[in-house]
Amino acid sequence: MRARNWELFGLIPAALLVSAGFAAVYIQRSNHLSTVSLVYGGLFLGLCVVAHIFIRVTLPYADPFIFPLVAVLACFGVVMVYRIDGATMARQQAQWFVLGLVLFAATVLWFRDYRKLENYRYLIMLGSLVLLVLPRIPHFGVESGGAYVAVHLPGITFQPIEFGKVGLVIFLASYLRDHRQALASGRKILGYRIPPLKHLGPLLVLWGAAMLALIVIKDIGSSLMFYGALLAIIYVATDRISFVVVGVLLFAGGAWYLGTHIQHIDARVEDWLHPFQYRVYTAPLGSYQLANAQFTMAAGGLFGQGFGQSMITIPGTQSQFVPFPDTDMIYSIITGDLGLFGSAGLLCVYVMFVGRGFKAAMLARDSFSKLLAIGLSSVVALQVFVIVGGVTRVIPLTGVPLPFVSYGGSSILANFVLIALLLLISDRARRPASAL
Amino acid sequence: MNNSIVRLFGVVILMFTVLVVWTSRWTVFSATALNDNHLNSLSYYASLKVKRGTIYAADGHTVLARSVKRAGGTWKRAYPQGSLYSQIVGYYFPELGQPPTGLEAASNASLKGLQSPLTNLFGSFNGTATVGDDVYTTIDPTAQKLARQLLEHAVTAYGATSGSVVAIVPQTGAVKVMYSVPSYNDNKPSAKCLLPNCSQFFNALQGGYPPGSTFKLVTTTAALDSGKFTPDSIFSGNSPVTVSGHSLENDGNASYGQVTLTDALTNSINTVYGPLGLTLGSKLMQRYMDRYGFYAVPPLDFPANQLSISGEYFGPGSCFHNKHTLLLRVTNSCVDLGRTAIGQANLAVTPLQMAMVVSTIANNGKLMQPRLVSKVVNNAGQTVRANSPQEDDQVMSSKVAGELQVMMRKVVEEGTGTSANLEGLNIGGKTGTASTGGTRNGQPLDDAWFVGFPEGNPKIAVAVELTNIENGFGGTYAAPIAAQVIKTLLAEHQ
Repeated sequence: MRARNWELFGLIPAALLVSAGFAAVYIQRSNHLSTVSLVYGGLFLGLCVVAHIFIRVTLPYADPFIFPLVAVLACFGVVMVYRIDGATMARQQAQWFVLGLVLFAATVLWFRDYRKLENYRYLIMLGSLVLLVLPRIPHFGVESGGAYVAVHLPGITFQPIEFGKVGLVIFLASYLRDHRQALASGRKILGYRIPPLKHLGPLLVLWGAAMLALIVIKDIGSSLMFYGALLAIIYVATDRISFVVVGVLLFAGGAWYLGTHIQHIDARVEDWLHPFQYRVYTAPLGSYQLANAQFTMAAGGLFGQGFGQSMITIPGTQSQFVPFPDTDMIYSIITGDLGLFGSAGLLCVYVMFVGRGFKAAMLARDSFSKLLAIGLSSVVALQVFVIVGGVTRVIPLTGVPLPFVSYGGSSILANFVLIALLLLISDRARRPASAL
Repeated sequence: MNNSIVRLFGVVILMFTVLVVWTSRWTVFSATALNDNHLNSLSYYASLKVKRGTIYAADGHTVLARSVKRAGGTWKRAYPQGSLYSQIVGYYFPELGQPPTGLEAASNASLKGLQSPLTNLFGSFNGTATVGDDVYTTIDPTAQKLARQLLEHAVTAYGATSGSVVAIVPQTGAVKVMYSVPSYNDNKPSAKCLLPNCSQFFNALQGGYPPGSTFKLVTTTAALDSGKFTPDSIFSGNSPVTVSGHSLENDGNASYGQVTLTDALTNSINTVYGPLGLTLGSKLMQRYMDRYGFYAVPPLDFPANQLSISGEYFGPGSCFHNKHTLLLRVTNSCVDLGRTAIGQANLAVTPLQMAMVVSTIANNGKLMQPRLVSKVVNNAGQTVRANSPQEDDQVMSSKVAGELQVMMRKVVEEGTGTSANLEGLNIGGKTGTASTGGTRNGQPLDDAWFVGFPEGNPKIAVAVELTNIENGFGGTYAAPIAAQVIKTLLAEHQ
């Protein structure tokens, strides 16, 4: 079967998911909802088919599984948003999905030869860093839970970090393509190969930047994401584990120091370690959200309480049992509804997605494409790890969206740019020599 | 480069495995601990959305408790009958941070409704309530109201500080009346609710009182059923006698000469029963007390923490320098067996326990487990549970029970209980006048008791207890109340 037919075939699970999900919500709410709500599901599916036709025309050789996997995640996301927030938010999410597809198409058409991005790498880096510190500008940035990750534009809240992550990965892939040989060489001291300082220097600067970002945006999760992507790209670029080991040690040291010296991060660590202490639970930046997420997951058990069963709004009030149930904490609601099996299934979809991204990297013929594909896939994997790990208390909680699933415009738009780049790489990598 | 990509993918797999393992920690391995965590208010919030079932009186239409809809799709309990049933029904206000009480606690599983796994698959969305099952009690509204009226009269007219009426159908154990003064308004349970006008303490089930001469029924049961004596056995009724080193007298220090056991019960002769207890011995007395249900949590369908055990209680320092109050069996050397046999000593007995005693005699020696709930009916009108009568113990032979019934009839006909001798009812019973040791207006205070049933037509058995009445003879104060309640209940069930 040809790749594109595989892709169309791969949309069937997404179709089933979105139909079943919307039907379930519809059945449950039929007493006060009209059939109009079912239209959103159909609309969403229609968009996926349109995107497929677009890929069929413009990227005929691209990996056939990446888009269906994204469609499954996005369809699951819109059903969850519908279930948590209702029709209005689900419609908005669908609208962001439309905009995301437009941006996807624009990226594909604009960067048909994505390698020209390399020419602008310092501009891209600078832009990304600006995006990172943007939320810190007074009256412009929004503080949420002590971290600065969002900015206010009239009528809209925007998370620039989502775009910053794509830009930084492009820069790192390009920079390390140039310096990988030099970094892998260097003199041997005590059996270890020490890279020349002039090549190592910029990496130390990057480490410093990650730490600085941690201080400036006070966001341990985002810096873990960027720094992890950096290490992944360095490792693939140089084939040397020693970089990763040194890098992890440096990050751990820096994170420990900051974790014990910055009050906000200190509080996050306290919430992470002792969420069920009454004092921590009731504190202003306390573990209320995290502990309630644990309770919701515990109620889910192995098979879940059933779709739509987890408590969102506290009865008789307007407040939410787990604050941010549709964005940061959506994983806890998914687990509460669908149980360990449901959330493990979701994580499997992410692993498959990352696997296809890595596959594209392996097939790519040039180093920049390889490193870019690795970086883009890794940053998605790391983002899932940061938010799911935060909700499940593997690491301290940082509010980042669960890619493609959480409600939120910036996340959807940025991730569609990411997908566009990944499919462009894949298309070029799998194109037969005759078609080059 | 491709080799390191493969290894990097291994790292990704590892990271996601960690996520799955941690998710399973909270969903499976630590789930029970998390569900039980004191900060976890999920079940409380879920309970707010449950429309708990209605609690009805035996007539099937008097509503004792119902759920009222409030803003935000939540429900709150309301108790239309208030203090008349509050002690039985209890209350369910989880927002107070207190556990439910009474039938609200004992029948909680029925009232909140059990969700079947099928409805859980897709579940109910916010705003859709779960509906609980309705609980039908055995309480007779007319007689319950009469009991309150009579008890409140005893408070205002005779100065009783508290009082209880318990009426049981001997053959089934169905509790028809259970009321104590003072009561409280369960729509507004409050820690400030204190004696003398208000109490959340249910005297009928939780109060321990010396049973006085009503306990002679237990002693008589032991004497007859053990085969050691008959109703016609002859005893010396002279007063005083020395029991356990102290003088024991009859009321007014009256001497009766040679009397039968029937005479001794009719005139409630202490100087017969004290020595009789010693003759029977502590093992035999203990055996019959156990059979009647003393020294055990009464088998009532009520929260165990709201039921008191009847028996011999020794306060701190009253038995070999004990530090805490002890419940001692009558075989213990601290127990004054002779005075136990006449219902004094350290006996603390609940009105429910004495109702169980008289109900056993009325039911030919068979003790039925007392019941407050008759049936549970679901939302569709189907009876999901009907409580059939449960036998607790055969306390004595039916022959002995018949002898006791005749003896008790004689108490009302010509003995201490004549004020219960209502025309045509043939009430048999036993009075009790237990000294509480206190005085008021220079007069000694007594607990007045009466237990009785209509002999020949034992469809109901009643125990009445009134606390702290000046010279409170059971025959004078308690017996008329019991007679009124019996009369009303018999008329109700013609």
